[in-house]
This record gives sequence, C-alpha cells and structure tokens, in this order.
Amino acid sequence: MTKQYDAIVIGGGHNGLVCAAYLGKAGKKVLLLEAADEVGGMARTREFCEGYRVSAGAHILHSLSAQVVKELALLDHGLDRSGHCLETVILDEQGAHVTAGRDSASGEGLSPEEIEAYASFKKKLRSYAELMQPMMRRRPPRVAALGFRDSVALAKLGWNMRFGLGTEEMRDFLRLAGINIYDVLDEFLGEGPASDKLKGMISLDAVMGSFTGPRSPNTVFTYLCRLMGELEGDMQLPVGGMGAVMQALANAAQAHGVEVRTAAPVSSIRTEKGCVVGVRLASGDDIDADIVVSNADPKTTFLKLLGAPKLEAGFANRVSRIRNRGTAAKLHFALRGLPKFTGLEEGQLRNRLLVASSSDFVELAFNPVKYEEVSDSPAIELVIPSLADPSLAPEGHHVMSIALPHVPYALKGGWDAEARKAFIDSVIASVERFAPGFTELVVDSELLTPADIEAQFGATGGHWHHGELALDQMLMLRPLYGAAQYTTPLDGLFLCGAGCHPGGGVSGLPGHNAAAAVLKNKKKGRAEAVA
Amino acid sequence: MNHTEQDLVTEDSPRDHYKALVKRSPFYEKQVALSNTNKWHRWKAYTVADEIECMEQEYFAVRNSCGVFDVTPMSKYRIGGPDAEAFMNRLVTRDVRKIKPGRVGYTVWCNDQGKVIDDGTIFHLEQGVYLLCAQERQYDWLMLSALGFDVEISEETNNIACLAVQGPTSCATLKAMGLAGIEGMKPFGLTHFDFGGAKLMVSRTGFTGDLGYELWIDFDSAEALWDALFEAGKDRGIRAIGGDALELARIEAGFILGGVDFVPANQCVRLHHDRSPFELDLGWLVDFSKESFTGRTALLREKQEGSRYRLVKLNIEGNKPAHNAYVMNGKGGKTIGAVSSAAWSPVAKANVALASLDLTKRINDNNIWVEIFYQKELKWHRKWARAEIVKDPFWNPERKRVTPPADV
Repeated sequence: MTKQYDAIVIGGGHNGLVCAAYLGKAGKKVLLLEAADEVGGMARTREFCEGYRVSAGAHILHSLSAQVVKELALLDHGLDRSGHCLETVILDEQGAHVTAGRDSASGEGLSPEEIEAYASFKKKLRSYAELMQPMMRRRPPRVAALGFRDSVALAKLGWNMRFGLGTEEMRDFLRLAGINIYDVLDEFLGEGPASDKLKGMISLDAVMGSFTGPRSPNTVFTYLCRLMGELEGDMQLPVGGMGAVMQALANAAQAHGVEVRTAAPVSSIRTEKGCVVGVRLASGDDIDADIVVSNADPKTTFLKLLGAPKLEAGFANRVSRIRNRGTAAKLHFALRGLPKFTGLEEGQLRNRLLVASSSDFVELAFNPVKYEEVSDSPAIELVIPSLADPSLAPEGHHVMSIALPHVPYALKGGWDAEARKAFIDSVIASVERFAPGFTELVVDSELLTPADIEAQFGATGGHWHHGELALDQMLMLRPLYGAAQYTTPLDGLFLCGAGCHPGGGVSGLPGHNAAAAVLKNKKKGRAEAVA
Repeated sequence: MNHTEQDLVTEDSPRDHYKALVKRSPFYEKQVALSNTNKWHRWKAYTVADEIECMEQEYFAVRNSCGVFDVTPMSKYRIGGPDAEAFMNRLVTRDVRKIKPGRVGYTVWCNDQGKVIDDGTIFHLEQGVYLLCAQERQYDWLMLSALGFDVEISEETNNIACLAVQGPTSCATLKAMGLAGIEGMKPFGLTHFDFGGAKLMVSRTGFTGDLGYELWIDFDSAEALWDALFEAGKDRGIRAIGGDALELARIEAGFILGGVDFVPANQCVRLHHDRSPFELDLGWLVDFSKESFTGRTALLREKQEGSRYRLVKLNIEGNKPAHNAYVMNGKGGKTIGAVSSAAWSPVAKANVALASLDLTKRINDNNIWVEIFYQKELKWHRKWARAEIVKDPFWNPERKRVTPPADV
C-alpha cells in the first residue's frame, strides 16, 4: 500500500517545525499535526486579554541555533534578527542598577576589578560551553555500543578538553561542571552589592526552568547550557513576538513541502507488532505513516499517546520516573502606560530587567517552592515586548512579560482564584518597589503556573524543558537510556522535543538532531518478519 | 539446616513480625509429628522439610505410590480487574489467551533484557481472573508491570495452603477422599470442590514429572485436608515427603529450578549470569506473535543473532553424580560449560544432569565429557565420564498424560 506520508510529526512547537522542515528538505513527504489553532507551542504569541498580545512561554529569542537559521534559510522565511540586542539590568530599589552585557558590566559601585572579574568569568565559562557545543549538535553517543562516529566525537571532546582548554582549564572544567553556581560565583566574582547583582543575574540564569536554586548541584551545568545559547547570538525581542519566529519556521517547513495541519490533536500513536503504523486523531481519523516523530514530551509520548502497555515494563517505569516537576511560571500584564523604573531611562526599558539582587536572594526565592509554597519576594525576569513591537498592545499601552523561576506546580491549598490573585498581587508589589506607580498601570493580567502550562501546552508537569536539565538526564541519559538517540524501542517512533538531547530553550537543536536520526535510521527488519 | 525452637517464635502481632524469622505452614505441625530426622530448610519465609523420615522411601513413594509435599511457601498472586488478560499477556512470554478458564499454563517472565525473572504457573481461575504461582516473590515486579493497566493484584501467598500429591496412586487417593470425578481431569486442568464447607481447588499439576495433583485451600481448612488426605491414602502408600526427594524427582523430569539452574534475573548482579528462555531450552514458551511483552525486543534480537548459552540434559556414563562438574569439549578438552543439577536416577537407571553450555565456545555435541570430582573418606577422586546430550526428560511416563489415570 502506498502511504500518503513518509512521516508524521506530532506537535508544532519549534522542534517539531525544525524537524519537519529538515525532513521535508531531505525529500520526505511530511505531515505536521498541531493540536492548537496555530503552530509555535509554548513560543507562540497570542492574545491574553483583548487587544494585548504576548509570547506565552519563551519571550526572548536567544538560543536559536545559527546552524538551523542558516540551513533552513530562516532569514528568507521571515526571521528578523536585526532588532535591538538586549542587555540585562539587575534592578535596585534605590536606582543603583547594574547593567550587564555579554562580557561587559557597568553600574554604581562596580570597580574596574569587579568588571574584569565578570568578563574573565564569562569568557572562562563560555570556553567550556564552546567545548561542549559540538556534542549538542549531534546525537548523543551510544556508550554501550560505541560506533566509529561516536568514538570520533568523544575523542574530539577529549582532545579539545585536554589540548583546547589546556591542563589548568581542563582541571577547572572537571572541577566545576557538576557543582553549584553559588560557590563558583563566590570564588570568581567580587564582593559587595554591585557584584552581588551580577551573581544574582547569573544565579537566575542558571536556575530558570529547573527545580533548583543556585546552591543546588548541577547549576553550573545548567548555566553552561544557557551559555551555549549565548554562542548562537544575542538576546532579542523579535518583532511580532516569538510567534513571528515560529511563523518563520513554519514558512520554511512549508517551503520544503511539509503539510501543516492545525487544530488536529493526536489521541494515540498506532502500532502493529512493535512497529509504528501511524496516528489516530482525536477526531477519530487514522493517518498512516511508517515514521512518527513526536515533539511531545517523553511522558506524554510514551505513557499517553502510546500507553505503557505497549512498552516493556522496565522501560515504561523508567519513563514514569523522568524528573519533570515544572517550577517556571509566566505572568503577563496589560498596562495602560509605560512604567517608570527608579533610575532607568525609557530606552533602558527595552532590555531584560531582573529582580535578583544576589545569589542569596535567588536561593531564598527558591526555598518555598520545595514545600509547594510561593515566595513573597520572588526572583523575576521581565521584559516589555511592546517596546520592540508596539503592535502587541493598543496605542500608548504596553504589555509586560514576566518569567518566574520558582512557582510550584501544585500549590499547598491549591491554585484557586484567591491564591492566584494573592500571588499576582505579590508580584505587582515586587515590581512596584522598583517602579512606583506600576500598580495603577495594570489593566489586566494572565498567570500561567506550571499546571496551566501543562494544561495549555501539554508538557507533563508544566516543565519548559520537557524534563529537568540535569546530569542524570543529559546526553545519552536524555530523556532516558533506550530512547536517548531520538529513536525509541518502537520501530518507526522517534522523539524530537526538548525532552531529548540537548534539551530545552528555543534552540531547534533537538529537532535538527532528530531529523538526522530519522534520515539515518535504516529500517530494522520489521518485527513481524521473524514472528 | 536444623533449627531450634527459638527460631520459631510465632507471629503474635504485626509489630512482632521480626520475632517470627521463620514462618510455619499450616501443615508444619503435621510434618513435625511425622518427622524423625528434624531436617529443614528455608523457602523464602517458610521452613520446609528436607526429609521427613527417609529420603529414599519418600522418593519411591512419588514414583511408586503417593508422595505429599507441602508447597505452601509458593508465591501466589491473584490478578483480576478489567485489564487482567492484557496485563498477563504483557507480563509473560507466552500467549495467555490460549490458557482457557479452568486451565493451568507453565510460563516464564522476563525483564526488558529478555532474561528470565522466574518460571511458574498461571491458573486461569475464571474468565479474566488468574492466580500466578512462582518460587520467588514477585509482588514488586507485578506492581511495576502494572503501570498503565487497570488490574487488581493481591498477594495470596500467606492465605492459600498448598499440598502437592504426586505419584501413581494419587488419583485413587483423591477419589477415595471424596473428590468425585477427579479421574476425568486432564493434565493442566483445574477444578473446584467443596471440602467441608471450604473451597478446595485441585489442579493436575506438579513438579515431579509424574501423575500428580496440587490441592489449594485456605489456611484454616489445611489441617483437616491433611487428615482426610492421609486417611484416604493410608492403603495406597501415601507418605509425606521432603525437598530432597522432590529435588531428585524434578531432575529426572528435566525441570529447572530457580537459583540452581538459572539465576532469577532480578537477583542477578553479574553480566551474563542470567539466562533467557532460549538459553533455558524454553523457547517454546516465547510467542512473538504477541504485539508486546516485556523482553520481546531483546528476545527477538537474540533469536536473530543467537543465544549465548544452551541448557542441555546429559546422560553421563558411570554412576557418580556429576555435581558441579565442568563440561568439556572432548576428554581433557576445553571447558564449555558446567553442570547445575545432577543425580543418579533410580527410575531411569541413569546418571543424569542438567548443564549449561557456553555457545561462544567450540562444541562438538558428539564428544562431550564431564570431569567429576567426588570424595571418599576426605580423599578427592577425579573421574572423566562421557556424556550424551538427550532430548527427552529422563523420566516421562505415560501415566503422567493418561486420562483417566489407572485406578490403583
């Protein structure tokens, strides 16, 4: 029987789009099925109250792989990277803000030595990120059955570690890579309120999206993952929001012949004798294909779309134990005017603003989430996307997009209306401290707790990264062994989401690597041939 | 192991569970009353007789009249609920749908690596309700396997007492006990009887390779069942037997034993020390036509790429049991495997053994030797003996299969 499609991609998040585009580019006939009314997943830009639009999850473009941009010719498909490059302003109630760029820092009370310490620290850690980057652009090595290419990749990594970094730096890399960012910052950066703000920024960047505080192990590693994004380009607020970036990806996919079908939720992945034969839509329609690539998170893919009974018992249980307790939330404000931050000029508001005055501040903000509580002094990352793209709000009005790293999936007592309002009010009060009069500007708001993110975007646990980014869930352990090379125990089923190596962030790399795995996969002897 | 009364403090309350290091089956007192050897061993939590009076007499009771072994320590799990059939089919390697209600099936179950966790029997009690029996405890593996299934799994090990009644007069004994129509039950059949108001389950199963039955009843009715059984069998040579006699019988029947002939995979630590069904000569239990069962992928690969081990039955020259002997490729040749179970078989008049051969070695099936070590008054002797690989069980009598069994 001739099938209409070579491959079906489930989910039109950025990795699904990237994977579909690469498959289409390679000549495959691809159908992409998206449950929502438009593609983009958590990075889509949509109206949250009448007249105000904002990007739902990711709100800053910073880690999109330059390789993906080039190979899919995204600039020709509508990607605009010409906008303002964001710096980071770590806010101070009295207006003694510190502004940090890639390797530069300025602000009241920062001595030249402290600025130099920051620059050399960033360069040092970026060299580690550079070391790891080639491993992120390929499928993780298969350690149990090391093939030639895997051996070469690991040998390159070893060579670059030993001879690229040099003896001293290699030792430091091995010493630092698994430990916590808090101690490392204390070791390398200066003391005092100004340096504390730089530490607060790096701490927040290290823990955003993970169930961690700066003192948690692994947070140097998560920061290195973050820095890998920095290697791809500067932070920007795209015109049209992140949704415009998603549209560029969709355009590229469609240009390569990918059929994109929205409002088409998949209810199950169909199999016969251990082989994938297609999908069933929630509408009841069946679509056949020998290859199904899932952009959904691993738990959704394996336990919901496929179902544990179709997996072997040990594997199914390991899937159920993937750590994916989401703690990152989004809060969106519709504002009737531009807030005034003490000590900041209007032009500076186009940057990324942080409430993270020190590592301790971030650690203290993390503590309550361990006990299913929220901090009354949360760490905050905020941007005002309407400054980059006024069309996101009515004329003269603005939208503010806030990412909160430490909000529990399940709040003690539940996320009822009262709890939601109390939390929103506490964030408003936090912002008010830096921007007097802010409260009066708020027209409306939208809170997306991890539970909301799960409900709206399908990511189990509401986890941005489809699974904790940590040493036990990285490389050949991401999302779990047995499915770490984008292949799965089921012939024809592949994974391409952020739950795969190299993980979350709008990088497109999991999608890119997954497409390569699909194209390389020689069809195994279909299981029934033997039976 | 000989135990003292101190080991056997009974369980008074749940918080005193640690005092009862060894559990007693409800047949314990009955066996103690008969025992003049006081030889016992541990089977999981329970104490089990090695020998009641005389191992040889007990063995010959199984082969010539009727031997009764207390199998209460067997792990027993009741599995029901809407997905019970699907659950069982995903758990084990064979197709459970072929075991109809009122039937029993022998099977193995594997981990994801296709290695045998244990072997045991599935009792299809009624449509969609099963009793799974095994030597090792399985509750954690069953619960782990239950992810995604709507099933109810209950541990029945300490609720159901069980006696194996084995040997040529077993059927007549049970008939005399009042189990009308027992002679019509086919091998691997399963029936329920009323026993003084209690529900008595009888299956035509066993571990001796002979005509035999297993009786299943709740703990409270166990002693009454023992009394009725021994009364009915007193003129038919009935005899309580210990594990030593059973061990000889099961080797003759060619049955493997977990912990002896294979390491249960969930207890195995070292690489390649566990075994797949193919490596245990149980490939016939693996049904690849089932879409999904645990171990399928690995077993399919093994079937395509070949196994590492092969379990064989050996008929060895001479009469010195080849306990723990190495198996060699030719006399004085390279080691190709080891014997896991060995015995002189009185009924087959043969020196028999089960052995595992390493298929990575060069093996000439027609020139296999074993190197047997044995002791005489503390002096070790070594003997080379030729061994022949045999296909059929050493003991496989017609009466095991015939229905109705001879009325003797």
